[in-house]
Amino acid sequence: MNEFLNLFKEAIEREDEVRLEDEFRKYDEWDSMAYLSVIALMDDKYNKQMEEAEFNTLQTVGDIYEICTKN
Amino acid sequence: MAFLEFEGVGITALGAAVPKRVIRNREYTEIWTQEEANEIVEKTGIEERRFADETTCSSDLCFVAAEKVIADNHINKEEIELLVFISQTPDYRMPATSVTLQHRLGLPNGTIAFDITLGCSAFLYGLSVVYGLMEQGNLKKALLLDGETRSKVYSPRDRRSAFLFGDGGVAAIIERDKKFGRSVFSLNSDGSRADLIMIPAGGYRHMSSAETVVEKVVDEFGNMRSDEQGYMRGGDVFNFVIREIPRDIKNTLYYSNHQVEDFDYIIFHQANNFINSYIAKKLKLDFNKVPSTIAKFGNTSSVSVPLTIVSELKGKLSGKKDLLLSAFGVGMTWATGIVPFVDCQISDIMEVEDGHAV
Repeated sequence: MNEFLNLFKEAIEREDEVRLEDEFRKYDEWDSMAYLSVIALMDDKYNKQMEEAEFNTLQTVGDIYEICTKN
Repeated sequence: MAFLEFEGVGITALGAAVPKRVIRNREYTEIWTQEEANEIVEKTGIEERRFADETTCSSDLCFVAAEKVIADNHINKEEIELLVFISQTPDYRMPATSVTLQHRLGLPNGTIAFDITLGCSAFLYGLSVVYGLMEQGNLKKALLLDGETRSKVYSPRDRRSAFLFGDGGVAAIIERDKKFGRSVFSLNSDGSRADLIMIPAGGYRHMSSAETVVEKVVDEFGNMRSDEQGYMRGGDVFNFVIREIPRDIKNTLYYSNHQVEDFDYIIFHQANNFINSYIAKKLKLDFNKVPSTIAKFGNTSSVSVPLTIVSELKGKLSGKKDLLLSAFGVGMTWATGIVPFVDCQISDIMEVEDGHAV
């Protein structure tokens, strides 16, 4: 989990802490480029691809973590 | 999966033209803050683009590139019997721009001329159409023109597209010669994703009206555009690209019995540095073999593959060089090409202002 949080933090270039319960869309760093970085992270490290419509239903960092680690 | 194979046809000369006007993204701060501009440049790798002025069209860029290639290679215009113009930013809705260029270039009335409208992968589609017609055997020379003025398509007030696109035009002379050997193309389409990149109005589904030209706020970030301007759903475009492009390249290599190491250069559609370096990394490519013009020309749609060859491979194409070409975009359509270059003559890039070479 810590590895995911670090990768996520690095992907969206956030300096402050990232917690599972955070609503990532409320981060100042969240924009269309941060979104592309998260798509790359999901594909590259967890082999997970997800269409935007489905991604839009995710609210928290933990929601993304759950998708990434689901078998 | 549709594969096409051609034998003994190739590009013998290639040239390009870009608008003289340079847009420096870090100084594109009339609407955006310095911080936003710097952030986008660092992420996309697009430092500069070329913007056509009001009186310069795709056809003007191609005209200038074509005249340069014809003059540099002492080509007899009477021998050009096929002219194909690729663009999604033509001069008019009718007639076809290729036909106006036939007259402007002084080509004979016997010239076969038509347009291909498709988007970012269109150079590969166009190349395969021209190779097919050339292989037929009767035509002496073909002129393939590819021009885009995407700066006129996207809203400067939509952050997701405002910093990406630029303008350019290329001209390629295509001839038959045994020395070229075999070319292989894979061409693909997925119309279920037609809404990922789109200009909704101005065609006949949603005709231009007073309403279609009104600029509206389109999202929670305050981005603005009209229905006459293009939009791009970048997340799903990226999803699409990381799934389909590596797969198509692998399938084409397998079909043609090649390894990726066999190629001297691999030329991708120049979308942005983020997407392109991700694909190159995913395919474990040697970055020294993957030239890029993203920093200086941005995304020029279908022009980006040949423009990158002209800009980055001049002086490097003597003898036989094997190129792997890959392009993807609006439609969605995507294509992979295995295209041998043999002593291709590359002309210097021309600059255009007010529709004319400067």
